[in-house]
Amino acid sequence: MYQHLETAKNPETLKRVAVDPVSRVEGHGKVTLLLDENNQVKQARLHIVEFRGFEKFIQGRPYWELPVMVQRLCGICPVSHHLAAAKAIDQLVGVDPDNLPPAADKLRRLLHFGQVLQSHALHFFHLSSPDLLFGFESDIGKRNIVGVLADYPDIGLQGVKLRKYGQEVIRMVSGKRIHGTGAIAGGMNKALNKEERDYLLQDIDQIISWAQASVALVKKVHTSNLPYYDDFATIRSSYLSLIKPNGALELYHGGIRVKDAEGQTLVDHYDYCDYAELIREEVRSWTYMKFPYLTSIGMDDGWYRVGPLARINNCDFIDTPLAEAARVDFKQHSVETMVHSTLGFHWARLIELLHCAESIASLLHDPDLMSSDLVAKGERRYEGIGVIEAPRGTLFHHYQIDENDIVTKANLIVSTTSNNTAMNESVRQVAAEYLSGRELTEPLLNNLEVAIRAYDPCLSCATHAVGKMPLQLELLDAQGKMVDTLVRHSDGSFEH
Amino acid sequence: MSGTLTIDDQIIPFSDGQTIIEAARTAGVYIPHLCHRPGYSPHGSCKLCTVFVNGRQCSACTFPAADGQKVISTNEDMQQDRLRITQMLFVEGNHFCPSCEKSGNCQLQGVAYHLNMLDNHFPHFYAQREMDASHPDILIDHNRCIFCNLCVRASRDKDGKNVFAIAGRGINKRLIINSPTGKLKDSDISMDDCAAHVCPTGAILIKHTGYQVPIGERIYDHQPISQVACDTEADHDE
Repeated sequence: MYQHLETAKNPETLKRVAVDPVSRVEGHGKVTLLLDENNQVKQARLHIVEFRGFEKFIQGRPYWELPVMVQRLCGICPVSHHLAAAKAIDQLVGVDPDNLPPAADKLRRLLHFGQVLQSHALHFFHLSSPDLLFGFESDIGKRNIVGVLADYPDIGLQGVKLRKYGQEVIRMVSGKRIHGTGAIAGGMNKALNKEERDYLLQDIDQIISWAQASVALVKKVHTSNLPYYDDFATIRSSYLSLIKPNGALELYHGGIRVKDAEGQTLVDHYDYCDYAELIREEVRSWTYMKFPYLTSIGMDDGWYRVGPLARINNCDFIDTPLAEAARVDFKQHSVETMVHSTLGFHWARLIELLHCAESIASLLHDPDLMSSDLVAKGERRYEGIGVIEAPRGTLFHHYQIDENDIVTKANLIVSTTSNNTAMNESVRQVAAEYLSGRELTEPLLNNLEVAIRAYDPCLSCATHAVGKMPLQLELLDAQGKMVDTLVRHSDGSFEH
Repeated sequence: MSGTLTIDDQIIPFSDGQTIIEAARTAGVYIPHLCHRPGYSPHGSCKLCTVFVNGRQCSACTFPAADGQKVISTNEDMQQDRLRITQMLFVEGNHFCPSCEKSGNCQLQGVAYHLNMLDNHFPHFYAQREMDASHPDILIDHNRCIFCNLCVRASRDKDGKNVFAIAGRGINKRLIINSPTGKLKDSDISMDDCAAHVCPTGAILIKHTGYQVPIGERIYDHQPISQVACDTEADHDE
């Protein structure tokens, strides 16, 4: 563990290096390092420097606006926010997940499989594949999706088309590729018609085939340099995710499972409506992102990881055959019960992408998708909680309303928040093991970003820069005097 | 009196008692408007339908059609004036189309698209306006009120209730409720009233129904307001 690098003892005597902003992630963050005169890293932090305020400004709005308004948190995974909020407002109109009409349940699942598929494709191919295909310290001019398309046109194009397919699933169900409607309190506002279903069916076999190829690709990349990929940014942690009642991988609805670093189950099939008992959040002064932890373990050691690696580690099996075979293969490569490799997130992510493709194929043959029984009603309540497995991990939405249907309180624990300690720990690991004592250069600093990117953080969640993001490095001496600066402009040019 | 008038070089007929905007609509000619609605008494307040009649500016929704009238409705300057008026409406209230449940069914949004409004031009007022959610079935979001007076006319002329009025002047203008507490819950309004459905924006809404019409089936999803207004406006929402 590298927690000792969170806060240096005498920061005023150290020189500061910043990676600001971190690129090829969703949102805005920066990394700061404090180095002594021998370039030994004494402090490393990932700061989230933006503040969104959704929890505050949705107060005073009517509850039925929530799924449409809150999805604006993100341009990448809006469907996950849309559905988490929808699950919460289902409860406000007295509809529990088991009472949702089957058609609405399946349409929401289809919508969410499309979401996870497109988000995972976007992350792997557009944001991370440049690092994985060219090398972490490769020529920065190439390290972007355009470089991938130039040197690996088949891979790049498949990534673009996989993402496009996920977006088309979303469009068919919710009316728009980004920020549609669809889920309403107690159900859905439309079914799929035959033309829409047939449109999606025509390409699904190709999508499954490309998804399989992407799993093979990430496996090849990972295993071709196994010790490095298993060690880089790797930390041992607990894992939290939703799980099906039978222990299968679940993305839309289930109980919470927590396993510790050894693979022992700490919590199983836990009702997420009681999440406030399970998790608490800590605030630190140097970042806008909170630090959740398991209440039973405590603030120091109760942190955990969420997302694809957590879900694949936690589940007993996957209920689609190709993804299940890929999961078994993935688990076999590790000598430990739990796979702790941070770069293993990529592999796990693409196993999930394959699972989404298989699940979409299966759902599209379900006649319930075209049913007109779309909305259920029940006794109104004043509190609703919705939890879902977003692409980046477990996402909590919790709302309270007054007698006039107006939101009075909101609490959102976004997936990336749960990975906050873990991302900081990975940054500290890379800083200590790979950077400490060396002269820092842009390619070397990219290692920090590679560690963060593995988590696919959604820092805002609406913006990301591909490629030539502006970057300023400042080198200060032990007295705080600036020794050197390196500026990368948005046109890609460098200036000392 | 009946006869023909000319709108932008197009000769159209009119019948006795029609205003210019009514004659135009009958002939399939769109003149942008927000406070006008077929079947309602003219109000002439939004000024979007301002046209030149024989060289003089007037509201097409209040000015009677006359034989031989020469009306100029669409030229660059007039469209620019309409754009500025629409932009003023946007900055005066708080209109967030991305999350508004009226999006796709909103006449203000439809007019903005028709006028190719790409920004707000003016600084936002960030007006502090409240919501009245006290009624069990009907919600008023004052943030979206454009003071078109349609709810006032609907309640008075169609429902016979006088639930609404516009109070104040200029920047202090506001929609008020005729009830002992000033709250909608203590008024006579009911969900079946025309006043509950007539709002051209998302200021007066039926509760619990937001987003039930999917994208692709909303009023302006496939036809611009210039076509909808000439075809079906009298029919929808009434």
